[in-house]
Amino acid sequence: MSSISRKRFLMFTLRYVPMLLFAIVLLSFSLMSPRFFDLKNMINIVIQSSHIGILGIGMTFVLLTAGIDLSVGAIMYLACAMLAVYLTGLPIWLAMVVMCTIGMAFGAVNGLLITRLNVAAFIATLATLFIGRGLALFVTGTQLLTLPPPILELGRSNILGVSWTIWAFAIVLAVSWFILARTPFGRQVYAVGADPESAAKAGINVRRVVFFVYVICGFSAAIAALVSGSQVGSISPNFAIQKEFAAIAAAVLGGTSLFGGRGGVLGTVFGAILIQTVENGLVIINADPYIYPMVTASIIFIAVMVDSLRTNFLERIDQRVIRMEDLPR
Amino acid sequence: MNRENLLRFENITKSFFGVEVLHGVSFTLESGTVLGLVGENGSGKSTSMNILGGVHLPDSGHMSIGGVPYAPTSPREALARGISFIHQELNLFPNLSIEENLFIRNFHRLHPTLPVIDRKRMRASAQLLLDMVDLKLSPGTLVSRLSQGERQLVEIAKALSSDARIIIFDEPTTSLTRNEIDRLFAIITRLKSQKIGIVYISHILSDVMKLADNVVVLRDGGLVGAGPRAEFNIDRMISMMVGRSINQLFPVRSVLAIGEPMLEVEGLTQPGVVRNLSFRVTKGEVLGLAGLMGAGRSEAARIIFGLAPYKSGSIKVAGKALEPADPRAAMRAGLAFLTEDRRLEGLLMNAPIFDSVALPSLEAHASVRTGWINNATLESEVKDFSKRVQVNTADLHDVQARNLSGGNQQKVVLAKWLMRRPKVFILDEPTRGVDIGAKAEIYKIINTLVEGGCAILMISSEMEELIGMCDRIIVMGNGEITGSFDRPNFDQERILAAAMRRGRQEVA
Repeated sequence: MSSISRKRFLMFTLRYVPMLLFAIVLLSFSLMSPRFFDLKNMINIVIQSSHIGILGIGMTFVLLTAGIDLSVGAIMYLACAMLAVYLTGLPIWLAMVVMCTIGMAFGAVNGLLITRLNVAAFIATLATLFIGRGLALFVTGTQLLTLPPPILELGRSNILGVSWTIWAFAIVLAVSWFILARTPFGRQVYAVGADPESAAKAGINVRRVVFFVYVICGFSAAIAALVSGSQVGSISPNFAIQKEFAAIAAAVLGGTSLFGGRGGVLGTVFGAILIQTVENGLVIINADPYIYPMVTASIIFIAVMVDSLRTNFLERIDQRVIRMEDLPR
Repeated sequence: MNRENLLRFENITKSFFGVEVLHGVSFTLESGTVLGLVGENGSGKSTSMNILGGVHLPDSGHMSIGGVPYAPTSPREALARGISFIHQELNLFPNLSIEENLFIRNFHRLHPTLPVIDRKRMRASAQLLLDMVDLKLSPGTLVSRLSQGERQLVEIAKALSSDARIIIFDEPTTSLTRNEIDRLFAIITRLKSQKIGIVYISHILSDVMKLADNVVVLRDGGLVGAGPRAEFNIDRMISMMVGRSINQLFPVRSVLAIGEPMLEVEGLTQPGVVRNLSFRVTKGEVLGLAGLMGAGRSEAARIIFGLAPYKSGSIKVAGKALEPADPRAAMRAGLAFLTEDRRLEGLLMNAPIFDSVALPSLEAHASVRTGWINNATLESEVKDFSKRVQVNTADLHDVQARNLSGGNQQKVVLAKWLMRRPKVFILDEPTRGVDIGAKAEIYKIINTLVEGGCAILMISSEMEELIGMCDRIIVMGNGEITGSFDRPNFDQERILAAAMRRGRQEVA
């Protein structure tokens, strides 16, 4: 029986590795600087992590179907570029609607390439990444542009004493959680991720599910663009560059599997906050800025490694446990 | 009891690419009865069931359900007419709960126009269905936590949820334990009393004899026998299916004098898995490993082959101690292992057959100096061994392993290991999901191996197979050896009694 309790322990540890990491990160930064563990700083972390969190939530939908979307950073840049160049005269709400439409349209292109032309998601979205960034560079003339003032005001605005950024983050989280957990579409996303062939046999329109997953991802990228744009106020040619990796990392860190069918948006939010906590902590303890990417990369590496360990290793253990007749379930 | 004709299947023919695979098959299914459908792979069972299930359209002939003409053009339409097909490979999503699996096609909604799941109603209907199949689990349980048998019950519940009038079972017992099989049979009996018609497809003829009210035997796309069960017995079914009689199934082999031990296992123990296993297999001997599912037989085999660790004991191959938990060392020592799951562990399903056969022998055909593979010798050897197991060599590069029948897949796995010329060959359920014709061929291959001096450890859940093939049988129960029988003492009942013993282990 001892080997079983050891397996249980391993399973437990692997499942909660992100939490453990989080606890270690919080503890070590708190010990290094008194300014770190402070309510204001904590709120700050949540605000800073919200665009990655929102981006990661959209990415979670895609990952759940065992897909990937590398173009989300490009969508963010393109949406903000359109805002800065063409949408300055529009009322802010209309500009927001147009940006969201751009995001969804871009996602729809990804979805069509993947479901209709059967291009591998990795390649299709890699291509649209360059198309999107190229288009945005063309539109902006590679200039640093300031975003229209109402967007900046939005970034500073509070509703009931809470920053609009946190509201946006919370609403995206609540709606996406509801879609995944409580609607037929959401459950079908999980089914498609587990086994597209079985899903098709069970009468699920797999193409439709996959298509909409990319549309949702594009939409969330547009929201992330708004949030990020309202905080920064301007866009440079490097705007939102490589954010797709941060989004994937947040999702995977939060327990969403790259192999599809497992995970959820709550974990993604947790992952995004963890990544931001590390960056924030590094700033506060005055670490050399050149080591930020290395620390973030290590965390992402640990996340991906834990994911594959979990998938291969734990499922094997799970099977074995079921097979033994005398073990408690 | 009033039984009415539920399904008529009249003179159905079907051709693929100009080759007729069904030649005017007719049978009827009465409500509240079980129709046992038997035949080798390729005899037309699947084709006729696929026509019934709306997957294929028949070329001629016609079907009716309850007297109303029936010509489905899609599985969806078949389902709407009350036909449920429970496939051999279950169509469940392990990452979803039981209730979600039951209703994935058509969730209960809070309001018809509102895409929000009504969880209360879903839970209630799921509970109702689970009660019907006697599965005592919460509908919210994740399917990944269920055993194979429980999953089968969920699949049946799914069939019931669509108000099925006819349920087709395709080899439902291949991965079930004896207990689970009994439960399945009880449910089938209950379904009968609810006037549901059942088509039961199985290679396990004793089950067909036990369950079926009527039997239909197919061979080469034609009907070779049909009638009430009383007119059949197993021998007769087999001879109808294969056109020869059963005593040819287990071919005679020339018994060799007892040779030196090739595989010696001493006190093999791994806590929670196996305890104190000791046995030996000599040159030219087939040692059978009997036991119930979950007795630890496959686990023991995996430990011997180095796929799992062990805590104490020793394993020797041809007199030399084996490195623990190192499958490559095991292979170098002359071990080969045909696993119980050929799809997952035995074959490269999406690659040409050639790749599966060649894979474990690549190093043997690589130049010592450059490491490059000599394609010419590899090609000829793969061809040679494929021929020996009667795999069509013209298919080697063009056909993917997943497109082969179960029997041919298994022969490919055999070829791949034979190419390494093993001294000890561990066979885990070598004939599972394989039709009778291929079974006989596999037995012949095993005999040729043994006559060539190979030692064989054969795990099987089919008692007749063990009794027909083995020189000795040891029995495992709860991870321990609970019995050992020499050929003159083979006795189904005593072997089964030993398998039920739980060994000396304390009650958990």
